[in-house]
Amino acid sequence: MAAQSDVRDGLRYTKDHEWLSESGGEKLVGVTAYAVEQLGDITLVNLDVKPGDTVTAGKAFGTIESVKTLSDLFAPVSGRVVRVNADLVERPELVNEDPYGKAWLIAIEPADAGEASALMDAASYRDFLSKAAH
Amino acid sequence: MTDADAPLRRTPLYDDHRELGGRLVPFAGWEMPVQYTGLVDEHHAVRRAAGLFDVSHMGEFLVTGEHAGAVVNYVVTNDVGRLEDGGAIYTLLCNERGTVVDDLIVYRHAPDRFLIVCNASNRDKVGAHLARFCEHHCDLRDVSDETGLVALQGPKAASILAQAGPGAAEAVAATKSFRFRRFEVAGVPVTAARTGYTGEDGFELFTPWAETPKVWRELLRLGKEAGLKPVGLGARDTLRLEARLSLYGNEIDEATDPLEAGLGWAVKFDKGDFVGRAALEPKKAAGTARKLVGFEVTGRGIARHGYPLKSEAGEVVGVCTSGSPSPTTGKNIGLGYVPAALAAVGTPLVVDCRGRDASAVVVKTPFYKANKAGS
Repeated sequence: MAAQSDVRDGLRYTKDHEWLSESGGEKLVGVTAYAVEQLGDITLVNLDVKPGDTVTAGKAFGTIESVKTLSDLFAPVSGRVVRVNADLVERPELVNEDPYGKAWLIAIEPADAGEASALMDAASYRDFLSKAAH
Repeated sequence: MTDADAPLRRTPLYDDHRELGGRLVPFAGWEMPVQYTGLVDEHHAVRRAAGLFDVSHMGEFLVTGEHAGAVVNYVVTNDVGRLEDGGAIYTLLCNERGTVVDDLIVYRHAPDRFLIVCNASNRDKVGAHLARFCEHHCDLRDVSDETGLVALQGPKAASILAQAGPGAAEAVAATKSFRFRRFEVAGVPVTAARTGYTGEDGFELFTPWAETPKVWRELLRLGKEAGLKPVGLGARDTLRLEARLSLYGNEIDEATDPLEAGLGWAVKFDKGDFVGRAALEPKKAAGTARKLVGFEVTGRGIARHGYPLKSEAGEVVGVCTSGSPSPTTGKNIGLGYVPAALAAVGTPLVVDCRGRDASAVVVKTPFYKANKAGS
């Protein structure tokens, strides 16, 4: 592995390399820097949900594609979709440029507030990545 | 196929790949670099300057003996009889049903000495197929384990290789497309063939297995200023797709014949009998029911291997064999089989991208054509 991937404190993480913002009533969902490094140049983001739809933890809500491959996007927690990031339709490269910021994918209002705390914190995710690397 | 549980094999450049930051992945039983700095970056390096590929995993067979030429010519579809010493030819290897066992390059070293290069994934199968026809007639030896192979590809490839040692400049200038010649790189004897799998001018250099790193490092050093980069399998795939070069397992396999794959130019019915001829001749006369076409996705979607292709009316009519964003053209391109009636340039198609329909149109191929020197 080259340089260590950017893992931000204050976020929750899944084994599928997605992040969930912890603060506020709605939770933003995105893909981690590690995921982006693995995928390479992102060329297409498809979000199969719209505001008002519900997502289920571990179930796909869209796909993200690089030149090389397609990956499913999995909901980190169950809940109702509040917003989707329409910018990514025209500018998928935002995922490469700013995976923890401008390239948030969807905002969720979780069905169960406790579900997020079962996900990995930054320290656990760093540990998870270091084990995944070898 | 290679046993999925067998340990992955490593080329002589394994340590170099690690040092260069290559991301190693399993490929056809080998641990190979899929990329170093990034697929798109590496792709552009090959189109604009040059790229260096490790293809040591490929299979090589040496066929020798008085009847070697006749046997090789009988077993492949192209006309090896047209080769002179120092000449190479692309060909299909077909079975009696006229479908594709593998695609190969055959090199004539001498009238009684031919080298055959096959895909890594087909090495065992090709060896067994060749053995059936060589037995009692000529000697067949699998020399894959002693043969390293690196590909230097791109508009700057020739000028980089020309600096490689005494006599290199003359050798490079004298080696035209699909010709090969021996000289030294970094003191290592190499056989340099002006062939490749990128659509660019370039060379493939056969090296003694253990000395491959010397050649690899020297070429990277010589090419540094010109923008030479190591390139992984990821960009190798997008480069070959833009150039409409078939990939075994995608465009061609044992359910495919060369004619429908658009490779009829490599099947020579005027050369006498060959394996697969009896099955292919009537197909040639009747015309193929389906054809491999290139298409551009004009809607929102990226075609991928295995996605269904539909007619404008929504009926599934074929399948995508390869698809990807094309870094050079900026378009989403693909290859796939469709009924002959839907193969004309301009025909609208629909790609079923995992349940999401994307409009596409049949286009002329190759998607990209270089202004090659040396050809």
